[in-house]
Amino acid sequence: MTGTGVETAVFVALMGVMLLLGIVASRWRRPQDIHNLEEWGVGGRAFGNWTTWFLLGGSMYSAYTFVAVPALTYGVGALGFFAVSFATITTPLSFVYSTRAWSVAHRHGFLSPGEFSAARFGSRALGAAVAVTGIVATMPYIAVQLASLRAVLQTVGMPGEWPLLAAVTVISLSTFRSGLRAPALLSIAKDVLLGWVVVAALLVVAMSGGWGETFRKAGEHFAATPSKTDGLLLGGSMGQTAYLTLVIGSALSIFAYPHALTTMLAAKDRATVQRNAAALPIYCMVLGLMAMLGFFALSQGVTPVSRDLNTIMPQMFQQLFPAWSAGIALAAFGIAALIPAAVMSIAAANAFTRSIYRAYLHPAATPAQEARVSRWTSLVVKLGAVGCILLLDPAFSVDMQLIGGVIILQTVPAAFLGLMTGWFHRLALIAGMVAGLGLGLVQLYRIPQLGAGGVVVKAHFGGSITTVDGIPVYVGIVALLVNLAVVVFGTIVLRLLGVRTGRDATRPDDYDADADDPMVKRLETLLDGLPSNPAGVHAAGRGQRYPY
Amino acid sequence: MAPPARRARSGYWLLAIPTLAPLLTPLYDRATPMLWGIPFFYWYQMACIVLAIVIISGVHVANQRSRGLGR
Repeated sequence: MTGTGVETAVFVALMGVMLLLGIVASRWRRPQDIHNLEEWGVGGRAFGNWTTWFLLGGSMYSAYTFVAVPALTYGVGALGFFAVSFATITTPLSFVYSTRAWSVAHRHGFLSPGEFSAARFGSRALGAAVAVTGIVATMPYIAVQLASLRAVLQTVGMPGEWPLLAAVTVISLSTFRSGLRAPALLSIAKDVLLGWVVVAALLVVAMSGGWGETFRKAGEHFAATPSKTDGLLLGGSMGQTAYLTLVIGSALSIFAYPHALTTMLAAKDRATVQRNAAALPIYCMVLGLMAMLGFFALSQGVTPVSRDLNTIMPQMFQQLFPAWSAGIALAAFGIAALIPAAVMSIAAANAFTRSIYRAYLHPAATPAQEARVSRWTSLVVKLGAVGCILLLDPAFSVDMQLIGGVIILQTVPAAFLGLMTGWFHRLALIAGMVAGLGLGLVQLYRIPQLGAGGVVVKAHFGGSITTVDGIPVYVGIVALLVNLAVVVFGTIVLRLLGVRTGRDATRPDDYDADADDPMVKRLETLLDGLPSNPAGVHAAGRGQRYPY
Repeated sequence: MAPPARRARSGYWLLAIPTLAPLLTPLYDRATPMLWGIPFFYWYQMACIVLAIVIISGVHVANQRSRGLGR
């Protein structure tokens, strides 16, 4: 067999085993009733330390990490490293705020940020707005994953859209069947492969002259390019402002994305969430290593296939690794793209089912109906993502995630700041969200994509950095500041005018409730058999759970 | 109505350190001192990750312990 033959064989075999694993995942810790949104959508809220950690790693540190970020450092240098710092600062924040979100969601049976916002600010419309925004923002994020997968498939010699559609179809089927259990099980398998990739990459770097050589050559390359925005350092206050706003904006957006919440809600208690926050930085190290591998690819003269920078990492592993080892790495990247695609589509589906289907269309929906609606919605969301890559085609797929970030950031006041305060007025929050989204989208529309030598390749939606008074900043932050200004000002005015505020359905102690809380039934007891009980932690409270 | 008693939260302020350290962009945007040939910009941000692990673990352990004693 030839080298590429071995590589393709290893890749196809591993992908096949993985996808099979996803399909049988519904049998893993088999619940009484998978046809229930608590089971399908958040794995019964019973995942322990390890499963939660792997699942979080699988859904937050995705193909974005392994393919898109190195593509960015390869292309522009230091700016691409923002992903490392943004991932780092989410961990201490998550230690505090994800535990609060976990507690309040457990007491009230929330599955998505929209439900929380609706309860916190007493407004069904606000909940629906947050849910829709979340779903729209998730699609380009899934598209990033699929674009990375396409690059991997292209490298193993399967170009075009069909292999991509085939892979998406298989993962959709396994998600449809097993819900959150499928990506959880796949994440564990993926990290085993990934461990190998990290060790192999470090060995190859060490054997090829080490990091000193890598950075020296990369520095020479950036010095030789005509572009002033690339380089090994940010180069002055302009680059630093862009970098800082990207870090802050991306970090905040993580707390507003539905999929981040879904993963945390699958944890079984507060201590699990906190231990995970302490251990997640380990994935940040891997992210940092991958980002630096972008420079390594540069120093080794690796070039992208058909000018798709996403192919840099797959190409590097193909060119510098033995064939079988490259096959393992590529399979790890492929799975790393499919897991988050599955988790994100589940989360978006939960958001739709709870904040729109049940809130407006069918308030008396049974758990089985909810699960069915979510299953079909998850398919629609994946198709939407496929549409995103075919329609938008930005130079860096990170830009798609950053465009999604601009959108999701506008739900930060309702979904994230709401965890700390219920002061905001529901109408002001809606007005702020509309203002932020409007401004953000107009600015994104006005950003052209510049090719080599400053030629405009595409007139609109070409990136996510704009300039305010000549200083480059991330659009998401500008829009969020406007949003916040409207929210604060609007709340003051509405309160002065005496417009009725929404009724806050949460209580202060809801944010500290743990799994041993008398109001939160442990799922294990249900799993281990309480006969003829509607499944799920919150089944007992049905009927009076949604006073809003 | 008296607010419900909050659980002991010792040392949460320490979490501000790993949150703010990666935000000091103007201070770490420099090449020297290098470590194993890696410019300061890169290894500083990697070091922040280690700092985050240490501090978050410390705060978590301290709080689990104080909760245990409080019961």
